[in-house]
Amino acid sequence: MTTAEPTDTAETTHRITLKINGRAYKQDVEPRKMLAYAIRDTGLRGTHVGCDSSSCGCCVVVLDGDTPVKSCTMFAVQAEGREITTVEGLGAPGALHPLQQAFWDQHGLQCGYCTPGMLMTSYAMLQHHTDPTDQEVREFLGGNLCRCTGYNNIVKAVQQAAQALRDDQAGKLDTLAAAATGGSQ
Amino acid sequence: MTTTPKEKHAMGKGMKRKEDPRFLTGQGNYVDDLVIPGMLSMAIVHSPYPHARIRSIDKTAALAVPGVKAVITGEDLVAASLGWLPTFHGFDKQMVLAVGKALFQHQEVAAVFAETREAAMDAVELVEVDYEPLDPVTSPFDAMKDETILRDDRDDKTNHIYHWESGHRDETDAALGDAEVVINEKVYSPRCHPAPLEPCGCVAQFDAMGRLTFHVTSQAPHVYRTAISLVTGIPEDKIRVVAPDIGGGFGNKVPVYPGYVCAIVGALILKTPVKWIETRTENLTTTGFARDYHMDVTIGAKKDGTVTALKVKTVADHGAFDAAADPTQYPAGMFGIVTGSYDFPVAFTELDAYFTNKAPGGVAYRCSFRVTEASYAIERGMDLLAGELKMDPAELRKKNFVQKDEFPYKSALGFTYDSGDYAGTLDHALNLIGYDELRKEQAEKRARGELMGIGLSTFTEVVGAGPSKHFDILGIKMFDSAEVRIHPTGTGIVRAGTKSQGQGHETTWAQIVAEELGLDPENLLVEEGDTDTAPYGLGTYASRSTPVAGAALALAARRVREKAKKVAAHLLEAAEDDVEWKDYQFSIMGAPEKSVTMKEVAFAAYTNPGEGNEPGLEASLYYDPPNMTFPHGTYIAVVDVDGETGEVKVRRFLAVDDCGTIINPTIVQGQVHGGLTEGFAISFMQEIPYDAQGNNMAPNFMEYLVPTAVESPVWETGHTVTPSPHHPIGAKGVGESPNVGSPAAFVNAVMDALSPLGVKHIDMPLTREKIWQAVRDAQGQKAGD
Repeated sequence: MTTAEPTDTAETTHRITLKINGRAYKQDVEPRKMLAYAIRDTGLRGTHVGCDSSSCGCCVVVLDGDTPVKSCTMFAVQAEGREITTVEGLGAPGALHPLQQAFWDQHGLQCGYCTPGMLMTSYAMLQHHTDPTDQEVREFLGGNLCRCTGYNNIVKAVQQAAQALRDDQAGKLDTLAAAATGGSQ
Repeated sequence: MTTTPKEKHAMGKGMKRKEDPRFLTGQGNYVDDLVIPGMLSMAIVHSPYPHARIRSIDKTAALAVPGVKAVITGEDLVAASLGWLPTFHGFDKQMVLAVGKALFQHQEVAAVFAETREAAMDAVELVEVDYEPLDPVTSPFDAMKDETILRDDRDDKTNHIYHWESGHRDETDAALGDAEVVINEKVYSPRCHPAPLEPCGCVAQFDAMGRLTFHVTSQAPHVYRTAISLVTGIPEDKIRVVAPDIGGGFGNKVPVYPGYVCAIVGALILKTPVKWIETRTENLTTTGFARDYHMDVTIGAKKDGTVTALKVKTVADHGAFDAAADPTQYPAGMFGIVTGSYDFPVAFTELDAYFTNKAPGGVAYRCSFRVTEASYAIERGMDLLAGELKMDPAELRKKNFVQKDEFPYKSALGFTYDSGDYAGTLDHALNLIGYDELRKEQAEKRARGELMGIGLSTFTEVVGAGPSKHFDILGIKMFDSAEVRIHPTGTGIVRAGTKSQGQGHETTWAQIVAEELGLDPENLLVEEGDTDTAPYGLGTYASRSTPVAGAALALAARRVREKAKKVAAHLLEAAEDDVEWKDYQFSIMGAPEKSVTMKEVAFAAYTNPGEGNEPGLEASLYYDPPNMTFPHGTYIAVVDVDGETGEVKVRRFLAVDDCGTIINPTIVQGQVHGGLTEGFAISFMQEIPYDAQGNNMAPNFMEYLVPTAVESPVWETGHTVTPSPHHPIGAKGVGESPNVGSPAAFVNAVMDALSPLGVKHIDMPLTREKIWQAVRDAQGQKAGD
């Protein structure tokens, strides 16, 4: 069994703290280490690498709640202090996020490799655009490649999720209105 | 409301995929997700030259990088008799790491093993290889002159790999000589790449007893195990191959690649697990490409449009090694389907393959072994003939279709088509899209000088490789297998020799077995891809899973049912002959009120099987298909072309597929959408071109274009159902059809748009620049007339 011998990297690594899905992970990283690999090294392996050149979008994670970034092209050290959301932060089997549920309902995935990136880009978009047109959805997903689905069902899924989130918000407002007015409305 | 058994179990139900929740939540289990303590990372040194002598390799600087454990070269492997690996094709072998000469740009030259991925990549840069560049041969037309012999390891001293032919040469020539009309065109199906989003990769690990566990991105794990045993000499029982979740394959993950052999060797000599995950560039430059067929198509016909003869001569560029993933007895795969859906009285096709200084391979990229090329050739040819005769391309096709009462139909090139209704499918498609109105609109637009095109493709696929008398890989016959085990409580486990890469087997295989046994598909666990547990099967590619393994699954379930019937007879206190399987349960003939469900029988099989009945409820089965299956379809593309910019707008695209019995319509539609998008890509943007110096010009996703959601069209689909008469459930396979059928529809549409200018043919990909140039040339010619 070969064990890793301590190598002379003490001066070249940085201790960083990555805040992922509300949890803090400490790591010693070289400055060149990409965020995607740093995230995967925490054991959260839903963030995939497909091209190493920010072309395919399999590695998209969300920064600070609403900004999608390609984590294979961002240095891990740059993410220090930022809130990172990965696919594991959306929902779990049995408790899916409306986006995950919509991708399932609409057959918006096949091999599943691009799916985390698709979900995270869509999630970020829906923070800004609650009622997008199909064309807007397509343009927002323009940096995420899929080789299996042909995108038609992905667009449908994002629209289903957008509707579900709007209904959910409307429901909350109705509840608020009912509470505020004593149910007289 | 209670669900009837039919609603719950029946095939044809678009149930949601059982596998999806894990993919949606980041819980997929891909090869790169596997981490083993102490695992080393492997990286590969690639040749920058397409053709170069290797004078020496110096590992010193690389080995000095902190964390680097070893560097291996081709010479090292040769010394251990591990220098070459067999190709699946069986006619050639391939260097694991270049020895003496590098034969294509990016060829694997050395492998580095280090504690981290970063250290391995640093060391790759420091392996000093002294190359003496040689002139490359980049075209098969140059290679055939044999001025430079590329493969000096071979005895035959020629770049010619093989000649293959089918049909009747003399009769075809005679018929073409007698034909009233003859069209001839050279069409090229460009070199392209499947490019699944998950690159290839593996993890090799030996345990203390010397047993290898090899996790790998493989579409055919059992064949890998056998191939690894043949290459390394490790006994097959000491090898376990596991293909976990696979992030797309499309044919790219069929062959065994040099990196896999290196990872195994590294794990063996360093006694440490080794992981190798390709970079995107490695994927695009070294692993199985597709197509690269130069085809010369000639069709003879009468003036009324009746075809009389077809001749297709092909030159194939196979790159540096003949690593094409075709069955041994079919060197050009199923290219013999080139007569398509038409009743050619006589036909002849021949193909010559050559070595060049390009990446080796030739995989069935979302295609059953060269059917995409064949389908493109005949469907372009039929449109050129329609243009020559000034006939509507739909009318010309109808006139020449094999008729639905002529099945089984023996084609002039030897295939026996199982079933089909070509005219019915065409008519359905023409009605769905409103063909006559579109032609009217086109005439109006043409009168205004606008370029609108309508393109048809009425293709016939051949899938389900295959019958063992004709199909094998490395000599292993291409049967498939299934194992069905029913537990006492009526749940079960289903195992198959296939391996899903996104096709949804966990769902459709459960549906097939549920239908046969009257059980709940939600409670049938499907397992594939682990050679320790799955029955031996030839894997998933070339749309063979449903035609071959799907049949095995249905028949294995029926075998379980036969066994269950004995137990049912015991429970019903009736003679076995008086018990029938009806409405998803066993009942006494003529007394349907006396019945037992499979769930009840399953419990009894373990608790009260009846005297003389074998306890337990399981069966396994190997299926050797009697014939292949022949799905077909009609695809129609409607495009507008901007003559000023060369831009093509795909306004509509309708795909009507006939893949026989449909197991899960949602999954079928998803497969069609995905295949159409890949066909769109091949038609308009994708190519791996090489320049005259042998440089690969599309080594990443900036150059090798994959369509995004922005340019991908909206797809319209429909279907007709003509079951296969020889398949137990009548299913034919569909995953390849859209990629096979759509390029001709796209190109025919654009050529139809450009036909008023006199443009007859442009080779794919139909980039804006090519179209703009063709329009400009045509206008220049007109001006000069």
